[in-house]
Amino acid sequence: MKEFAYHRPTDAASAVALLAQSPGARYLAGGTNLVDLMKLGVETPDLLVDLGALPFTTVEPLTDGGLCIGAGVRNSDLAAHPYVRAHHPVLSQALLSGASGQLRNAATVGGNLLQRTRCLYFQDVTKPCNKRLPGTGCPARTGVHRDLAVLGASGHCVATHPSDLAVALAALDATVDTLSATGPRTLSINRLHRLPGNHPDHEHRLLPGELILSVGLPAPAPDTRSGYRKVRDRASFAFALASAAAVLAVEDGRVTHVALALGALAAKPWRATTAEQALLGGPATEAAFGRALDLELTAAEPLPGNGFKVPLARNLATRLLTDLATGEQAPRRETR
Amino acid sequence: MTDPKAALGAPLARLEGRDKVTGRARYANDHTPPGSVFAWPVPATVARGEITAIDDRQALAHPAVLAVLTHLNAPPLAEAEDPTLALLQSPQVAYRGQYVALVVAETLEAARTAAAELRISYRSERHDVVLTDDHPGIYAPELANAGYPADRERGDFDTAFESAEVRTDAVYRIGPLHNHPMEPHAATAVWDGDRLTVYDSCQGGNSVQQTLATLFALPHSQILVISEHVGGGFGSKGTARPQAVLAAMAARTVRRPVKLALPRAQLCAVVGHRAPTVQRVRLAARSDGRLHGVAHEVLTRSSTLSEFVEQAAVPARVMYASPHSRTTHRVVRQDVPAPSWMRAPGECPGMFALESAMDELAQACGLDPIELRLRNEPELEPDSGRPFSSRHLTDCLREGARRFGWYPRDPEPRRRSRGRLLIGSGVAASTYPVYVAPSSAEVRAEADGSFTVLINATDIGTGARTVLAQIAAHVLGVATDRVGVEIGRSDLPPASLAGGSSGTASWGWPVHRAATALREDLARHGEVPAGGLAARAATGAEDLAASRSFARHAFGAQFAEVQVDMDTGETRVRRLLGVFAAGRILNPRTARAQLLGGMIMGQSMALSEHSTLDPEFGDHAERDLASYQVAVHADVTDVQAYWIEEEDPHLNPMGSKGIGELGIVGTAAAITNAVHHATGIRVRDLPATPDVLLGR
Amino acid sequence: MEYTFSTEVALRVNGEDHALLLDNRSTLLDVLRERLGLTGAKKGCDHGQCGACTVLVDGRRMNSCLLLAVAQHGRSVTTVEGLAEGDTLHPVQQAFLDHDAYQCGFCTPGQICSAVGALAEARAGRPSAVTDPAEDPPVPLDGPEIRERMSGNLCRCGAYPGIVRAVMEAAS
Ligand SMILES: Cc1cc2nc3c(=O)[nH]c(=O)nc-3n(C[C@H](O)[C@H](O)[C@H](O)COP(=O)(O)OP(=O)(O)OC[C@H]3O[C@@H](n4cnc5c(N)ncnc54)[C@H](O)[C@@H]3O)c2cc1C
Ligand code: SF4
Ligand code: FES
Ligand code: FES
Repeated sequence: MKEFAYHRPTDAASAVALLAQSPGARYLAGGTNLVDLMKLGVETPDLLVDLGALPFTTVEPLTDGGLCIGAGVRNSDLAAHPYVRAHHPVLSQALLSGASGQLRNAATVGGNLLQRTRCLYFQDVTKPCNKRLPGTGCPARTGVHRDLAVLGASGHCVATHPSDLAVALAALDATVDTLSATGPRTLSINRLHRLPGNHPDHEHRLLPGELILSVGLPAPAPDTRSGYRKVRDRASFAFALASAAAVLAVEDGRVTHVALALGALAAKPWRATTAEQALLGGPATEAAFGRALDLELTAAEPLPGNGFKVPLARNLATRLLTDLATGEQAPRRETR
Repeated sequence: MTDPKAALGAPLARLEGRDKVTGRARYANDHTPPGSVFAWPVPATVARGEITAIDDRQALAHPAVLAVLTHLNAPPLAEAEDPTLALLQSPQVAYRGQYVALVVAETLEAARTAAAELRISYRSERHDVVLTDDHPGIYAPELANAGYPADRERGDFDTAFESAEVRTDAVYRIGPLHNHPMEPHAATAVWDGDRLTVYDSCQGGNSVQQTLATLFALPHSQILVISEHVGGGFGSKGTARPQAVLAAMAARTVRRPVKLALPRAQLCAVVGHRAPTVQRVRLAARSDGRLHGVAHEVLTRSSTLSEFVEQAAVPARVMYASPHSRTTHRVVRQDVPAPSWMRAPGECPGMFALESAMDELAQACGLDPIELRLRNEPELEPDSGRPFSSRHLTDCLREGARRFGWYPRDPEPRRRSRGRLLIGSGVAASTYPVYVAPSSAEVRAEADGSFTVLINATDIGTGARTVLAQIAAHVLGVATDRVGVEIGRSDLPPASLAGGSSGTASWGWPVHRAATALREDLARHGEVPAGGLAARAATGAEDLAASRSFARHAFGAQFAEVQVDMDTGETRVRRLLGVFAAGRILNPRTARAQLLGGMIMGQSMALSEHSTLDPEFGDHAERDLASYQVAVHADVTDVQAYWIEEEDPHLNPMGSKGIGELGIVGTAAAITNAVHHATGIRVRDLPATPDVLLGR
Repeated sequence: MEYTFSTEVALRVNGEDHALLLDNRSTLLDVLRERLGLTGAKKGCDHGQCGACTVLVDGRRMNSCLLLAVAQHGRSVTTVEGLAEGDTLHPVQQAFLDHDAYQCGFCTPGQICSAVGALAEARAGRPSAVTDPAEDPPVPLDGPEIRERMSGNLCRCGAYPGIVRAVMEAAS
């Protein structure tokens, strides 16, 4: 870990100004990803700007039924927030399915969204990786890629984004409020992360030094149910092999609202718009859900070692939608 | 005068419990002698080749950096038995991850930073790391690990197989597995002139002392190895490992005490691992299930540096009666990290294959799997013809079936479900040999009425301290709270290592003997003299040879109930139950912990531990604890271990067999057999992760 | 603006105040272990993957290996050494003794600190992944709850069953 300077500004404008001055600087939030990567030598900042003293740690319900979530809110606090639990179960469930109790106590909303891929080559600085060192190649394609992407990948990179939170936010049509040297702006969560294309090192659409201030959620659509499901090798404390976040409303057996996002399949939360379009107005049956997912997943281009993710995602999302449609409580108790 | 609590067999709480729950128990790197500095090792980044240049200018430019040790400047070491300990002695690289440099600095932070800044150039050669069934380098070794003959033939298996009424023939594959004790290998080394003290995280201080004496060409008496508390080892700390050697080299170079903890992600390359195995098992049986022939043929691999042959076919020489048998080991040496011992080497992977095959045979014969095993219970040890000193496998199976609620059981797969979950049950046998090694001990009586046991045993979590106090108290007829135990220092009476489930037998024997002598001395003296009274005893080859005419093994039966989500392929173990026969259980509290811990590690191996030898780079890809997934709390729901009373006069004065490894043997097969019962899918390649079950 | 690589940090550890000049790179775990001699918290992985380094920061459990010490300025840290009151063990420590909730003991300090944190979280009604959404606080800690909440603490010895019993007892 390279030596670095450290600052802890107390307002967002100062934080942004500090980063504007030094291109090698990074924001430090909970540090659970950044410090990890600094130890691995993947991140080598010369200045850390600690966001710990910024006043963006509150969750505020808005008068229109929406929610404004400070970027510094801890994952565990957000998951436990009564409004979130009552109105956005998908968000609470996604957060609680991620990492561990200890990590969720340290990790923040902003940091979680900008955490880097868990691709094993990316994390090993003794190996090539286009994302870490553009132009060096992507050994994952022919190497170990069981956990990596089946959707939206490119010849240059097949990494996935590891966040559970981001998948839930994608299904909730969240927005991200930011501040940069050029001023504040708001962008859709679905535009925050990028697919790799020719530039896997360009992971998101934030400008250098742009600070996430908060995440906004629109008011929950009426009569919707929402939920999150995640599959992993062990029963807890593991990243997803695949996950699904869904918001669904059904009236007289027909789908009146559906938002579906798939996780761990691509470099960003995969908003399943094709499936959504196929479902809207149609029957809310298991068969229909399955067909819609098949349609969505025709875009999949699995590698030799991760083809299982396609049926896995299909089954998982179909199950989630079916359970939401029938009002089934997910059998979450014990060993799931 | 005998306190009932002193009797062997009491569930005495661990003597060091309070130290462990308060954080006072000190492990190797919890010692910080005054003036300590820190070391950080640097692994090779090629799988085969030679170092051509080392640029350490940037690393040395940090004021806090004291030294960069490489093959160019490291203290020379004499040759040791284990070639992986020839650390920093040559520019040759035999596998990726082999240590090529060590940075020593005033602070941990500086050492780590400088290590990352070393520039090492290599001339790399093409590496050979992919294990294939037809690799041209495959050969027949003479011996498998633990000194077993690699090949054994009895009768004429080929003809038996040809003519059998029922046959099974399948190949089982287990990838590399990693010990990953929670305490990474760590050492703190201090030189005082020519005297070396090493606080080492090891399973046996005397063997480390011996190795260090050889490497540094010093008499034993000048080396003190202290391992008061050790955070697990599971075989990976059974021999001296790089941390002790490197810390001592660095401390000698910089003339300061050196602390070194091997980074977790480097362990896979340098402290051994369970070698991968490809195991073909063929069973030939009569239609009533009686075995006519057993062939267990194992292919495994080792590093170019040393030959280590995972003895996976050995349990097939012990388990079932059959007139014809072939058990063989083949090995190929590749440019990979050196494999070594991991909990129940041989038995653990071997019994996965054999017990899966038995389940397949039960199905082929239309027999209950327990009944199949009962029908093949041997009179004598099949391979050697020796009588068993005791063998209660059938009792374990019956008792386990009763406790588990095995019957009634519909053998048909895929018949039971709960919602979308398929449910099934499986059984497998387990076995582990009785090992015992020479050791010595002293027992002292003090004038104040207390006693002390002195022996260089190591408690890696087994409860060694506690059971040794019990043995002494039992012999002396005093309450256990009057007996103190000093272990974990090489200046105590020398003892064997904590490995092969041999600790309690090997250490307890001389403790028993010394305590007996002391008791007799005390009887003669009437009263303890002011200076105390001591008796010393040792066991030797003649003690250990006495029972060689018997086949001595512990046995057990493992039962699993699993649920498999057919939407997602997720398998979860609902219940795990084992019944074991392991001689006399000396402390049910610590024994249960050992057995449960083994079973849980077996579950972890069955369902989530997954390691890939990366073909392109030649290292294990899943090197950290996020990517190499060991079971967490949420995986472990209902695990139970029981045992049956077993009297065996052919063991040792305590009548005990080892239990540290028995619990892991058979668990994986019980689970995958249950997966088959639940789903109809036979998992022959571990682990049974969602992708394995979903694709089929 | 002045750039330095070390910072004056005030930390309260187990009730005692410390003013330390720290290398910005130092993690809280390394400061506890190497500067303050508090070796109870263990380094099992150094990357947030095992829980052996768990301590309580302002009462909340966290992995001290991923916390930069400099960023904890002004915080109050409790380690396993700070749980007992004199000779009286913390109820969680006592329960670990009573239920043989350890073998090698290396994961134990982290398990204990994590359990103390988890009990407080449950008392405060904070949910886990297996909590019934309809449940009103405080969350009753049964087996599944404890197992899920403790899953950030690996135990390679497999002392899980004893740990769960110990936490269950401490919860009641
Ligand atoms: C063992 C382990 C298991 C895990 N398992 C999961 C899992 O299952 N699911 C899951 O979703 N996550 C998981 N995580 C990841 C964890 O959730 C993230 O590390 C965490 O959410 C990151 O948040 P942080 O506040 O600690 O971010 P930091 O590490 O502080 O920052 C991460 C990145 O975000 C940037 N950043 C932070 N805040 C802002 C901001 N406001 N504006 C702009 N940039 C910012 C930082 O500069 C940095 O580049 C796991 C992590 C570990 C170590
Ligand atoms: S998949 Fe992406 S992150 Fe992984 S090695 Fe390839 S380029 Fe790097
Ligand atoms: S050492 Fe911090 S989580 Fe493992
Ligand atoms: S007691 Fe050894 S790791 Fe938990």
